[in-house]
Amino acid sequence: MDSIKTLRSRTVVLPASDVDTDQIIPARFLTTTTRSGLGAHLFADWRYDGDGAPKPDFVLNRPEAQGCAILVAGNNFGCGSSREHAPWALCDYGFRAVVSTQIADIFRANALKNGLLPIIVDQATHGWLLQHPGADLGIDLESSTLTLPDGRAVPFPLEPFARYCLLNGVDELGFLLGREAQIQAYERRSRA
Amino acid sequence: MKETLFEKVWRRHEVVAETPDTPAVLYVDLHLIHEVTSPQAFTVLRERGIKVRRPELTFATMDHSTPTRTEQVFGGAPIAIEAAARQVRELEVNCAAFGVELLGLRHSRRGIVHIIGPELGLTQPGKTVVCGDSHTSTHGALGSLAFGIGTTEVGHVFATQCLLQRKPRTLAINVSGKLAAGVTAKDLILAIIGRIGVAGGTGHVIEYRGETISALDMDERMTVCNMSIEAGARAGMIAPDETTYAYLAGRERAPQGMAWDEALEHWRQLPTDVGATFDKEVHIDASAIEPMVTYGTNPGMVIPISGAIPQRPDDAVFAKSLAYMGFEAGRPVAEQPVNVVFIGSCTNGRLSDLRAAASLLRGRKVAAGVQMLVVPGSQEVKREAEAEGLHKVFLEAGAEWRESGCSMCLGMNGDLVSKGQYAVSTSNRNFEGRQGIGARTLLASPLTAAASAVRGRVTDPRELL
Repeated sequence: MDSIKTLRSRTVVLPASDVDTDQIIPARFLTTTTRSGLGAHLFADWRYDGDGAPKPDFVLNRPEAQGCAILVAGNNFGCGSSREHAPWALCDYGFRAVVSTQIADIFRANALKNGLLPIIVDQATHGWLLQHPGADLGIDLESSTLTLPDGRAVPFPLEPFARYCLLNGVDELGFLLGREAQIQAYERRSRA
Repeated sequence: MKETLFEKVWRRHEVVAETPDTPAVLYVDLHLIHEVTSPQAFTVLRERGIKVRRPELTFATMDHSTPTRTEQVFGGAPIAIEAAARQVRELEVNCAAFGVELLGLRHSRRGIVHIIGPELGLTQPGKTVVCGDSHTSTHGALGSLAFGIGTTEVGHVFATQCLLQRKPRTLAINVSGKLAAGVTAKDLILAIIGRIGVAGGTGHVIEYRGETISALDMDERMTVCNMSIEAGARAGMIAPDETTYAYLAGRERAPQGMAWDEALEHWRQLPTDVGATFDKEVHIDASAIEPMVTYGTNPGMVIPISGAIPQRPDDAVFAKSLAYMGFEAGRPVAEQPVNVVFIGSCTNGRLSDLRAAASLLRGRKVAAGVQMLVVPGSQEVKREAEAEGLHKVFLEAGAEWRESGCSMCLGMNGDLVSKGQYAVSTSNRNFEGRQGIGARTLLASPLTAAASAVRGRVTDPRELL
């Protein structure tokens, strides 16, 4: 995984609450056997009409949303299934961070493994972000802060190991493979 | 030190305990895989030249994208969706290449992964069980710590038999009182989700406790634990007891002979110690619960079947959800006309669920214009149901009787609800488009679903009991 230290982008605001993984990537697109190309189907049923034409009123289809890497969503983002296709689709589309007041456990874990930053902010900050689509935000991983356009830095929680992996481009599988001696010791111990 | 069931299972699987800087390395006893979330993990193994470390602890089946029409499963007809057929073939190739046991498409013990794990006796108290599927929480009904993982983590388990995990917090849901006639485990878990909300369990492992839970049989316990994820919880668990041991005894992959006696001794140590504490506790009175039905687009949007859709005048998100459903605030949900009824899924696809549905359909007909699909959770459930003649009850009532699979729960295999149609479904998610683009799902118990099929509208099953 590539290391990530900072990110700067305007936001896209999707005010829906409890956005589930079936909305992020509907099940009919899960028949793929690769990770790539899912961005085309991101939010497919909100983004396209029955004939596959983009719905002009959906936020991602607006001209000002193009090129934005930060998605601000309503409360509780990413609930539902464990499909890693959800962060794969968001990343493939071009998002690098998702901001909400709460992010579902499995989605958050999957996002971090793909370099997609799950950023949890307080209600007041969240409310401001929802009201200001297109706000230019900075994200700094070292200090785990989100910088608002007025320069105010809002801290967000980030599990220390996840931060370490993101900052240094550390691959978790490599880390686990490096624990082989402990794994063998555990297997001997649990068989005894 | 006093410990909860979860804490005991967690501690016994710590290869390396967590520190402030690093998560725990947690050992996995049982890894279940299926065709949809495994291909990309096998690809990583190939790219990096890694073997499956303990292939005998991984177990594969196919369920999500597989057909339920007999001719496509057994009759030599091609699988209608080409991409699904490719996933099925790819799982066959991957399992053969990496030495993983597979219950393939035509295997007599195939079924939904969360139905067959317990059914075969693979799922056991005190085990850690993971699968690339969020409804892995089902297996917690047997006192295992079971949770869904992503595909990258599937790769981690393949390669190391371990996962990096932060220890979740604990949430006790204490349930007392007797469930009334016509009120089922499905109604109980829907009422719990309605109470704590779809994010109420985030970051927590739930332990369902109390006299009501102890009185549930294993199928009912699995229904409850299955929907833990619908409350956002990492996992749901129920302490093993005599009901659990009686269920497991003699199952194909359960310990036998002396190994059984040893296992039993270990399992009896697992229940939460008297005096152990939880991070959070909730109390539920089961005797006050009615048959429950959802009216919106997440499982927390749920009301008693006699109730009216709530009013939240200033909530735009709520209004959008009702608009999708074609519902108005303040209106009763009962009497809503129904187009489709689906009985099945890892939530309610077990034998007792089919018996419950059949009990209301016996001697009755599915209402004109209603499509009713009955999909057993496994081929074993199908055989047992047929041995009791349940399939005849369904077929004579005018329902369809299919081969096992996830089917209309998520519609990956082409079993879909059409745009704008109302489906009363025994599955677990009423998200927008879950059962088909524009489909409107009302989650309910098998009794409520069957009663609604007979009347052609959302019906309190107690009217037909």
